[in-house]
Amino acid sequence: MSDGTATSQPGISPAGLSRGESWGEWFDRQSRTFFIAPAVTLVLLFAIFPTFYTIVFAISHVRFSATGLKFRTVWFENFAAQFTGNQQVHFLGRFTSMSTAGWVFSLVTAGALLWWLYRAFVSGATWVGLAGRVISAAMAMFIALLFAATLLSGNQWGTLLNTLFYVVVGCSIQFVIGLMLAFLCSQPVIGKNFFRVLFFIPLMITPLGVGYAFKMILDVTKGPFQPFWKLVGLGNWAWSTDAWAARWFVILGDSWQWIPFIFIVLLAALENVPKDHVEAAQVDGASSFQIFREITWPQILPVAATVMLIRMIEAFKIVDLPNIMTAGGPGIATESMTLHSLFLWRANDMGDSAAVAYLLLILTVVVCSSFFNYVVLKRLRKARA
Amino acid sequence: MSGATYKIFRKDRSFRQRLFEPPAVGKMSLLANLVAWAILLFWSLFVLFPIYWVVITAFKDAATVNNGPFFIPFVDFQPTLKGWTAQFATDPYCDAYSVGRQLVLLVYNLFVFILSPIIKIEKMEPQICKVYLAYMNSFVISIGATALCIAVGSMAAYALARISYKPKFGNIVMFVLLALSAIVGSNYFDVHWAISGSVALALFYLLARTLGRRFKSTLGNDDILFWIVSQRILPPIVVIIPVYMMFQSVRMIDTHFALIIVYAVANLPIVVWLMHDFFANLPVELEESAQLDGSSRFEIFWDIVLPLTRPGLAATTLLTLILNWNEYLFAIFLTTARAQTMPIMVAAKNTGERGILWWEMCAIIMIMILPVIVMAVVLQRYIARGVLLGAVKG
Repeated sequence: MSDGTATSQPGISPAGLSRGESWGEWFDRQSRTFFIAPAVTLVLLFAIFPTFYTIVFAISHVRFSATGLKFRTVWFENFAAQFTGNQQVHFLGRFTSMSTAGWVFSLVTAGALLWWLYRAFVSGATWVGLAGRVISAAMAMFIALLFAATLLSGNQWGTLLNTLFYVVVGCSIQFVIGLMLAFLCSQPVIGKNFFRVLFFIPLMITPLGVGYAFKMILDVTKGPFQPFWKLVGLGNWAWSTDAWAARWFVILGDSWQWIPFIFIVLLAALENVPKDHVEAAQVDGASSFQIFREITWPQILPVAATVMLIRMIEAFKIVDLPNIMTAGGPGIATESMTLHSLFLWRANDMGDSAAVAYLLLILTVVVCSSFFNYVVLKRLRKARA
Repeated sequence: MSGATYKIFRKDRSFRQRLFEPPAVGKMSLLANLVAWAILLFWSLFVLFPIYWVVITAFKDAATVNNGPFFIPFVDFQPTLKGWTAQFATDPYCDAYSVGRQLVLLVYNLFVFILSPIIKIEKMEPQICKVYLAYMNSFVISIGATALCIAVGSMAAYALARISYKPKFGNIVMFVLLALSAIVGSNYFDVHWAISGSVALALFYLLARTLGRRFKSTLGNDDILFWIVSQRILPPIVVIIPVYMMFQSVRMIDTHFALIIVYAVANLPIVVWLMHDFFANLPVELEESAQLDGSSRFEIFWDIVLPLTRPGLAATTLLTLILNWNEYLFAIFLTTARAQTMPIMVAAKNTGERGILWWEMCAIIMIMILPVIVMAVVLQRYIARGVLLGAVKG
């Protein structure tokens, strides 16, 4: 990508050795290309190219034949199957009727989104900005409708809402607990350095190990809390057989692993907050809550938004924890979209597998870029202003 | 109030007075300290208990696991090494790895010799073992991938921090169009992917050299950086099917090399992002004076820049190593037997005719997390001020 530009620089002749130049000099002259070319080539070959190639799978029915794979182009059939066809229940969930709560929730969300779009339109956003907002709003409305038609109306969820559940609920819990712990450790507590090292440990342990450890610990017949489970009358019960218990079970393992990350980054941010501001407020008699709200919080907000963005990106890809802890069950209650795609691939249904993977990509990109634009960038601009 | 006077002052008061006194500026009252400790201790328990449970379960046997919870070794149960010996049991598959087998036997026998006074040990079969193979695979793959990733990523990060690039937007559009036509060509006209790919590349090179000069609008370093970093958003499941096909067509499924490359690409965004911060924060004067002395860019990079960013490099390496060591999804797709890594080995223990053998499971998990813990303890001082502070500043 850069070779077209090296020639446009004044004073640099096109590739090839000029007279009296050693290979070393030539190599040095080309160093600007050599430095970046490996990274760009690797990303193009093993990330960009496959991403485009997956489209071929997503728009085809793939079957095995003697000579290899046979593709039959069906255009959007695989995608349509996820929304209205035979895969609908798996991907979106089951929706029979909409309850009153569902209608109210949908109407309120629609109103809020329309108001948001109207505000952007009136305040004179650019065309690109408006298009981005329309896309974000359309996806938010779709997810709100889905949420209203499944959970709020007492119907079953699909893998789409499972993934979003891990992202939204899981990340929120992790952020709140991580922030609380970081705040505690940034106070002059005696022995805080010990806790700081201790709390970092879970981040290094493999997700598989975490999955098995929690599966074992929460086992009601053999786990360490067995007498307790017996006492509350759950002696013959399993986490993985109840849909909601299984979901929280996965979130518990995920939180155990990822809270350290949020904790350590927020702790570093909290320690960068100038001490004299806080001390001045303390002298003025502000309570710790006031100090936190007025001084600390605004200063750590950019870092908090960034760390949440990183965490969200990883949460969209969650696969090993649900696979180990519940194998996606009961039914599909804990199946994330990556796991859904993996199972489809195992069933040799490559077209649908690629379609689900692509839908995950679209979801991730829209949610993360919305978060980046409307939260991270906004906070950064505010912090700089 | 200075520290010394505060201490003298403190001695004169009863515990109850000290508990409820208002704290000095920059200190916490005793009560607040107690509350904080309560929370922190509770969280420490939450963090440590699963690890403790894995450790003690690794030294249990079937009867001890099934007969209800036992917590303290030597007090309410007698530890054994059943779970561990099972990992090293007979497996004719691994006969080829005789040097490694000798090594593992040596270490294992040493272990047995040291522990035999306190723990009852099963007789060891004189052969190993799928676990050993997976362990070595994991080592080779994660170290190789980390080395490749750090080398490629830090070079790119340094270049993006110091050299200004202006790729033309038109060329990029052209590249994408040519890549798409190569894909279409190989799929719908039965052209081999290698032929269509190289034709497209050659065409791109020619067009970029001729037509490309006329394009006006260019991108900057920040755009390239953002482009590379944004690859982290890409869910691995999206790229895995074509990557599988690519490696299959060159018969490289189930090789170390395939996993090394794929892991390196997956972690490239993190390395570039973190290292870019470290490089950008270095003072540029050193490099400029070296340039005046006639050093080449590679010499400057190797002799001056890399040694100066050693803490950051160590932290980034550690992070990448952990991520590679724990990677699961790519390994499922790209390995079958020979290049299987530890996570796959561990996950495979999930299914058995007799349910999960928890003591074996915990032993193998411990085998898996030990090197990471050791490494983290050794490099621990780099972690805090290295990677995370760097990330925060950026």
